[in-house]
Amino acid sequence: MTVAVSIEGIDKRFQAFQALRSVSLDIQPGEFVALLGPSGSGKTTLLRLIAGLEQADAGRVLFGDVDTRDLSLRDRRIGFVFQHYALFKTMTVAENIAFGLRSRPRAERPDGAEIKRRVEALLELVQLPGLERRYPSQLSGGQRQRIALARALAIEPQVLLLDEPFGALDARIRKDLRAWLRDLHSRTGHTTVFVTHDQEEALELADRVAILHEGRLEQVGTPDDVYDHPATPFVCEFLGEANRLPVKIVGSQAFLDDRPVLGGLTQNQGGPAALYVRPHHLKLVDDVPLSIPGIVEELRRTGPLRRAEIAVSGLAKRLDLDLTSQVAPAIGERVRVKITHATAFATA
Amino acid sequence: MSEAALPRRDATVPAKAAKPRRARPIGSESRLVQILLIAVSLGFLLLFLLLPLISVFVEAGARGWSAYRAAITEPDAVAAIRLTLLVASIAVPFNVVVGVAAAWAIAKFEFRGKNLLISLIDLPFSVSPVISGLVYVLLFGAQGYLGPFLKANGIEIIFALPGLVLATVFVTFPFVARELIPHMQSLGSTDEEAALTLGASPWRVFFSITLPNVKWSLFYGVLLCNARAMGEFGAVAVVSGRIRGLTNTMPLHVEILYNEYMSAAAFAVASLLAGLTLVTLALKSLLEWRYGDAIAAARHH
Repeated sequence: MTVAVSIEGIDKRFQAFQALRSVSLDIQPGEFVALLGPSGSGKTTLLRLIAGLEQADAGRVLFGDVDTRDLSLRDRRIGFVFQHYALFKTMTVAENIAFGLRSRPRAERPDGAEIKRRVEALLELVQLPGLERRYPSQLSGGQRQRIALARALAIEPQVLLLDEPFGALDARIRKDLRAWLRDLHSRTGHTTVFVTHDQEEALELADRVAILHEGRLEQVGTPDDVYDHPATPFVCEFLGEANRLPVKIVGSQAFLDDRPVLGGLTQNQGGPAALYVRPHHLKLVDDVPLSIPGIVEELRRTGPLRRAEIAVSGLAKRLDLDLTSQVAPAIGERVRVKITHATAFATA
Repeated sequence: MSEAALPRRDATVPAKAAKPRRARPIGSESRLVQILLIAVSLGFLLLFLLLPLISVFVEAGARGWSAYRAAITEPDAVAAIRLTLLVASIAVPFNVVVGVAAAWAIAKFEFRGKNLLISLIDLPFSVSPVISGLVYVLLFGAQGYLGPFLKANGIEIIFALPGLVLATVFVTFPFVARELIPHMQSLGSTDEEAALTLGASPWRVFFSITLPNVKWSLFYGVLLCNARAMGEFGAVAVVSGRIRGLTNTMPLHVEILYNEYMSAAAFAVASLLAGLTLVTLALKSLLEWRYGDAIAAARHH
């Protein structure tokens, strides 16, 4: 019951606002894909287009070989979980889950006993058995989310679409539900697309991440791909913190203020460039080649690690560096910093 | 002037603040002001609203039970009651259907002329009922634009039931739509979208999602609409022609009786209308007490 989704050259405009610009994306059957981007990047619009809740100005969406423009909403068989769940508040949990089954044409509609059995099975699947008679207002946020998922799964969808599935939940429940959703996906195997603005969530959950920016698809790839080899400066900055160093590339070396700071560059690009370096790709070293001298100006705690801010001459912003060892430098201490990994983007 | 006053005030404030004062929440008025405000509003309500209501019932019963019964079972009175119920039973369902449709269109869709439609819905509130009655006379009356055509085809509108219904529909139109629009707008349309993705037909979406979501605002709107439909005087007076036993509604009947110095009978019929008001009020309070949260979202005016 699970299909491939092909998105081909989608354009979408809302009055003066261009929401999507020729977006194309192929999703394999059973794949778990995250649409990641800041607000206004068009990710929710793309999800609603796949669902059929919006019409594209140009381009098409295929489910398998079927052009979805020929399908009614009912025939698309979409399991859509809304950001705020959109549970029907005048109905009990059981009625909510059964709604899709009861909405089928009479010939395809299961009988009452069958519906009851399926509702029970779905509540079992989302680990909330026995809540049939509750109303949505009597459930916690996490429970509502799972009921919304059960309701979407009840129609045996071809594709499961989730809009900010964890957006309305607090941090701890978020973590639990993430693991649970990943597990549920591996058991049910639906082609799943979810929208998020949280890069950590996207990287942790998805098989592949599609990063959107101002209506354009910036990069699509596995979490490792996009994180380690960002295709654009935007992707690099959006996926995690990064220090930006204005450098000049000559040959295979990058120069900061005429000092070589990084060698072994394979990119065939001479001239000015921006070097993006993540805080954990900077290391405190003794006086070795390619190291940058600086002064520790600030020390902070960031969760498990400690962060040092290091002032380097020729740089307006301090370098952020994650300290991996327990031995920390003192504030004001002169240190040398070496770049272990970086991505360079040519600047004009 | 203010410059002269300022230093002096500055000087007195610290002295005042130093004195221990009775604790009271910041921003609340003194006890005296509270009592005064409550007394004024309560006094006004008693004098201008409750007292007349009581006097209606007192006057109605002044000549005893048998006179009261005679007044409301007299053929003309019965005809007036029947006519009022008939007009309301046509006008209210009509306004419910059109009101729900208008509210749905305004709350769920974007289209040109939406603001114009919203102002048009409010129009009957801002126009004097007498004028709305006159408009219908002008349109459908014997000397009106469509008068000759209607007469030629034997259709009676003015001084007949259709005219009464038209006038009542016009005057009571805003009640249902005005209750529903803010509520529907606050709900948005994600519930409907969810139902559609689950495969529901548009009719099923409307009857199992949209309507149940707003049922209390709708009921509240119908209640107000009905109360106004039965009590409407101005517009109906113009188009009715006041033919006793034929085109006289209850409010008109009350006026006729009163003008003929039959005040006990007038008050007896009036007490029925007042009774309707009380029932409406009681139902409304019951609704607000029982389903306050659901209704609160719909309150606008």
